[in-house]
Amino acid sequence: MTSVPMVSASGVCKSYAGIEVLRGVDLTVNRGEVTCLIGPSGSGKSTFLRCINHLEKHDAGELRVDGDLVGYEARNGKLYELNDKRICQKRSEIGMVFQRFNLFQHLTVLENLTIGQIKVRGQSTDRAKAKARELLDRVGLDNKEKHYPSQLSGGQQQRVAIARALAMEPKLMLFDEPTSALDPELVGEVLDVMKDLAQSGMTMVVVTHEMGFAREVADTVYFLDGGVIEESGNPREVLSAPSSERLKSFLSKVL
Amino acid sequence: MSTNGDATTRVVPVRHVKQWIGVAVAMVVLAMIIHTLLSKVGTGTYHCHLVSGIRRCVPLHTWRFSWNIVGQYLTTSEIFHGLLVTIELTVIAMVVGISLGMTIAIMRMSPNRVLSASAWSYTWFFRGTPVLVQLLFWANIAILYPKLTIGIPFLPVTFIHLSVNSIFVPFFAAIVALGLNEAAYMSEIARAGLLAVDEGQVEAASSLGMTRGQTLRNVVIPQAMRVIIPPTGNEVISMLKTSSLASIVSVTELAGAASNIYSSNYEIMPLLIVISIWYLIITTILSIGQYYLERYFAKGALRTPPPTPIQRMRTDVRGIASKFRTPRPAREGAR
Ligand SMILES: Nc1ncnc2c1ncn2[C@@H]1O[C@H](COP(=O)(O)OP(=O)(O)O)[C@@H](O)[C@H]1O
Ligand SMILES: [Mg+2]
Repeated sequence: MTSVPMVSASGVCKSYAGIEVLRGVDLTVNRGEVTCLIGPSGSGKSTFLRCINHLEKHDAGELRVDGDLVGYEARNGKLYELNDKRICQKRSEIGMVFQRFNLFQHLTVLENLTIGQIKVRGQSTDRAKAKARELLDRVGLDNKEKHYPSQLSGGQQQRVAIARALAMEPKLMLFDEPTSALDPELVGEVLDVMKDLAQSGMTMVVVTHEMGFAREVADTVYFLDGGVIEESGNPREVLSAPSSERLKSFLSKVL
Repeated sequence: MSTNGDATTRVVPVRHVKQWIGVAVAMVVLAMIIHTLLSKVGTGTYHCHLVSGIRRCVPLHTWRFSWNIVGQYLTTSEIFHGLLVTIELTVIAMVVGISLGMTIAIMRMSPNRVLSASAWSYTWFFRGTPVLVQLLFWANIAILYPKLTIGIPFLPVTFIHLSVNSIFVPFFAAIVALGLNEAAYMSEIARAGLLAVDEGQVEAASSLGMTRGQTLRNVVIPQAMRVIIPPTGNEVISMLKTSSLASIVSVTELAGAASNIYSSNYEIMPLLIVISIWYLIITTILSIGQYYLERYFAKGALRTPPPTPIQRMRTDVRGIASKFRTPRPAREGAR
């Protein structure tokens, strides 16, 4: 079968209090592919990412995840708004990693990884713990399970945050500038975990300023500017020989 | 520590003259307080006896603060019973206040305008009227509503009829008044706590697929506790003493019990001291409990947990002891 793309957006719009932040975004993310979203600050990258898992509601356009409309259900030729429970269930299938980690401060590393499995998936504590330990091992933090987030470095916290998202066995992972809050020497350890994840076949949408990562790992790069996709394509081509002036000037600033 | 060549230099610590004057004043005041607490006064009566045929009289003295009477009443059953009622009132009113206050705080923060406006009105009303008035109001509610009927609003369908007077006995009226009043204050405390939790925590919980309720229970409230506990501790201690107002609607709690006793024997001062001692004892116990609760809910917020009181006392004692040690010449630093 020809598989439907994991994410497909066409003409997605979003405005806050009359200010248009997204002005018709078109984008496709295929299964098992890594898509990097780059663009200047304030161009709407976070907003678009948050629309994908319905943390924000888009105003217009069509946004589908795994073939299903985000926030609606089409039945008998009508669109029904999803109720809170269904929205939560859909969100639980999409992992999200934040710039500022957002680990649960009052829980240990292990508890951060088990809480979603137990409360959302209804998993037993034992199985949740086993899964959590396996994932901590995978991100190289198996000796930190009893620590609280405040006792970890930024890089370690972000690796825990990735493991926390993976604990839900998501079909799609969203990263919003996962290395922007890190000291330069800690960026590498997080990118390594992400590369590893990409290699394992995870579908990923990554908002990033790490052009090296985009070049090396991404299958497609999208350049978002002023709420629209200005340019997209293979990272080697797009990043080495940008056709639009805006991308040229953006790249000259970040590189 | 510094040395000049190989000659040992004596280190002269800074002298805190003002600090020592302050200490001296405090010591004098303390001595005065202890002195007056333990002072004796003439009773105006004399003890007379015959010494080799001559009658000799000595004036009798007694404690200014009547400690003998205080001791006599401190552990009587009436006082104990009053103490028990005070504790019951405090605990139940606080449970009502905290749970209702938390609910009101959550309602206040709801995006639903009707919910948030009702929550705001509640706080406005119950904070805006004196607790004494509320107490008298609930104790006399039967004047307004002699009968309580449970049925369907605005329809002539009723299930249960009750006499309000038989429900709103003084103790229950006091619970309702103190609990509802407390809820207004607790809702503001809880709201401050909920607002103090980083929004990123809620986003992370949502992105895992937690519902609003799950996020509140598992993520927001546990973290808000760190901010909520200290002022709540104050509220409990404050409630302990506010509950004495219940004596006005004839609940015999601690203050009421004392008043019953001194209205017949006129030993007002000793009985006020008796109940003050009990209030202080309970307050002390509550403060210790509050400390450990704060420590429990601080987990994760600090890299190193705060010291226990015993650890802190040890460092204090060491600190004071070091003040009295003569500074040693700076020898061991230089080699
Ligand atoms: N909740 C909000 N309310 C109002 N404006 C917002 C909100 N969130 C984002 N914006 C605005 O939307 C624009 C795009 O924001 P964002 O998506 O965070 O950009 P990026 O992630 O690309 O830096 C910014 O101008 C920002 O000020
Ligand atoms: Mg952003």
